[in-house]
Amino acid sequence: MSELRQIAFYGKGGIGKSTTSQNTLAALAEMGQRILIVGCDPKADSTRLILHAKNQDTILHLAAAAGSVEDLEIEDVMKVGYRDIRCVESGGPEPGVGCAGRGVITSINFLEENGAYEGRDYVSYDVLGDVVCGGFAMPIRENKAQEIYIVMSGEMMAMYAANNISKGILKYANSGGVRLGGLICNERQTDRELELAEALAAKLGTTLIHFVPRDNVVQHAELRRMTVIEYAPESKQAEEYRSLARKIHANKGNGVIPTPITMDDLEDLLMQFGIMKREDESLVGKTAGEAVLCA
Amino acid sequence: METNGESKSQNAEHVLDHFHLFRQPQYLEMFERKKREFEDPACADEVERIREWTKTKEYRDKNFAREAITINPAKACQPLGAIFAAVGFEGTLPFVHGSQGCVAYFRSHFSRHFKEPSGCVSSSMTEDAAVFGGLSNMIDGLANSYALYKPKMIAVSTTCMAEVIGDDLNAFIKNAREKGSVPQDFDVPFAHTPSFVGSHITGYDNMMKGILEYFWDGKAKTVPPLERQPNGKINLIVGFDGNVVGNIREIRRILDLMGVEYLIVSDNSDVWDTPTDGTFRMYDGGTKLSEISEALHSKATISMQSFCTPKTLPYIQGKGQETVGLHYPIGVAATDRFLQEVSRLSGQPIPEALEKERGRLVDAIADSSPHIHGKRFAVYADPDVALGIAGFLLELGAEPAHILATNADTAWEQKVRELLASSPFGAGCQVYPGKDLWHLRSLLFTEPVDFVIGNTYAKYLERDTGTPLIRLGFPIFDRHHHHRYPVWGYQGALNVLVWILDKIFDEMDRNTNVPAKSDYSFDIIR
Repeated sequence: MSELRQIAFYGKGGIGKSTTSQNTLAALAEMGQRILIVGCDPKADSTRLILHAKNQDTILHLAAAAGSVEDLEIEDVMKVGYRDIRCVESGGPEPGVGCAGRGVITSINFLEENGAYEGRDYVSYDVLGDVVCGGFAMPIRENKAQEIYIVMSGEMMAMYAANNISKGILKYANSGGVRLGGLICNERQTDRELELAEALAAKLGTTLIHFVPRDNVVQHAELRRMTVIEYAPESKQAEEYRSLARKIHANKGNGVIPTPITMDDLEDLLMQFGIMKREDESLVGKTAGEAVLCA
Repeated sequence: METNGESKSQNAEHVLDHFHLFRQPQYLEMFERKKREFEDPACADEVERIREWTKTKEYRDKNFAREAITINPAKACQPLGAIFAAVGFEGTLPFVHGSQGCVAYFRSHFSRHFKEPSGCVSSSMTEDAAVFGGLSNMIDGLANSYALYKPKMIAVSTTCMAEVIGDDLNAFIKNAREKGSVPQDFDVPFAHTPSFVGSHITGYDNMMKGILEYFWDGKAKTVPPLERQPNGKINLIVGFDGNVVGNIREIRRILDLMGVEYLIVSDNSDVWDTPTDGTFRMYDGGTKLSEISEALHSKATISMQSFCTPKTLPYIQGKGQETVGLHYPIGVAATDRFLQEVSRLSGQPIPEALEKERGRLVDAIADSSPHIHGKRFAVYADPDVALGIAGFLLELGAEPAHILATNADTAWEQKVRELLASSPFGAGCQVYPGKDLWHLRSLLFTEPVDFVIGNTYAKYLERDTGTPLIRLGFPIFDRHHHHRYPVWGYQGALNVLVWILDKIFDEMDRNTNVPAKSDYSFDIIR
């Protein structure tokens, strides 16, 4: 058995992180890799394309039903989908109560203690957008993911999130082995998107590992709860994901300690690419009506 | 202690207690081997060198520059204070929403000090509750508590765990009520008491305010708020106090002597001093629930410990009452002030009986003055208690040298400095808010004093530095029944005076008892 490779996908919510990760992992499975997906998002949609399911019963949901996590067996929580990809979802509490971050910690501990990682080549963590507390940094702690891939696109909030995630990685990088594997840009067809993504990657001290173009076939596959790899294996888009999978596979050990930038630097970058206008102090705090009068 | 002959091993006929057992050769050999094989010990000389180094000025400077660690803080956490306040009400069961281990600690802490069982329940939150929130724990916990322990009221506080995940007591208790855990009209006041904020005195304040708000402002919107109809009564809030059993009984005696109409809001003097007469009392005495509502109408409220009521007192003032804040009145002047305030507020004169008690205290102080005058003291305690002790020491002509309170702020420091400035004996005394007992250890080495006044934990300071300890404050685990004696009022001050003098004379005897060497001063008369 080859050494277990642990990776994680982070990125702003709604950026297409789960879609990108599942397609890439399906392509890795095609290459003969044995994969475990650990969904670390309370909305539990990190495995639906692999399992063709609406969403999987989560570890925490099952634990609540059974009484406690100790009452669960690994078979209860793990489902097997496309090309024998094993899938688990950590799940979490209802919105507004409890602690979702603690839920992630509880779930990952349970999986490790119960041998979920045995016989796998890859473990992939799919983590919700903002690293809001220590729980969501669990996958980047010591002895967890070796490389983090940040899914982003050429818009301000996605880049802001990418920079924040880099800060999270930096915190753990010096004490542990976690590295930034690279950025994955999901095309949103904003202006000069590729150059902007590359510029941000350079600022963060990493590379844009792949630019995934926009293609409607992704939506068609999603409607069928399938990855593009499975739904349209011959399509150009499937080839894009295969290419990304090959790059990630070859990227082993090439991760870097990121160099996150300040908010000012980030804004400068956005202005340089015309995403943001230079602040006009005379307009700050003016209502629409007042602004017209001033003009 | 014999270690030879028959006592070497024990059998059913001959059981050694722990004092002797671990001095037997087989144990001594085992300890030695454990140290050698598992502890990787430094050589004895090096240990001794470091021990000596910790006594130096150099070490003290490093110790006071320390930022990242607290060693032996003289404080506990919020729920402990919340429970203290809660058990002072009639038939009230304290309920801590959080994990079980915390509550086991609170109960044992009180039991060890008061030598009484101390009832308190937890909602027993586990990992699942941490992830999903503790609502179901609250629902089941309240139902079980109500059914098993038949309280008249349940007062809910929280531990860190519930606070970190943001459990909302108001909503949870409402939900539990709707689910039928407790009857609709059953009283469940509550206070959020995150353990990582403040200390036990903060928790006392939060719970006291929580209970008053619950009763005065419409019982969490289940009934209309009360309307204040002022009367002539005076409320007393005693604050967190290790001598509460003796102190409350003493102020009741004083106020009865004066003929004042009063309410003690949270009276835990009976529940922590139940008689052994064949009846187990899970609850005993306490402020009646009807009196909590009545307390709104009182003319004024006196807090015996202002630093225990920084939110409660302004809240009461906002209701239209006059409020007076004291600082743990020990001694002549502090008791004078207390009695004068009571007299002013109630219109009742101070009776002759109390004036005589005052005169007797002054007489006792004068009798013993030569022995106390000029003696140097280190004091640590909760903020108000430290102020009370310091004030009395100044009155006695003693010289406080170090006054420390871990759970105090700069406002307290200012108060202490004002107090010290009021007496020539206060010159040269240093004040240390926020410092811990490891700081005090350095102080006792580099600027020695004759006596240290503190709780049981100071026995380690006594052992390390050789400074004799006078036990006062909370907790006192290793001496019995001190909590039954008052320290407030003229009579209480007399108790404190006696404890200080006893220690002074014990030390005097200990230092003069070598025959034909120092026993020329080993006198019958002191």
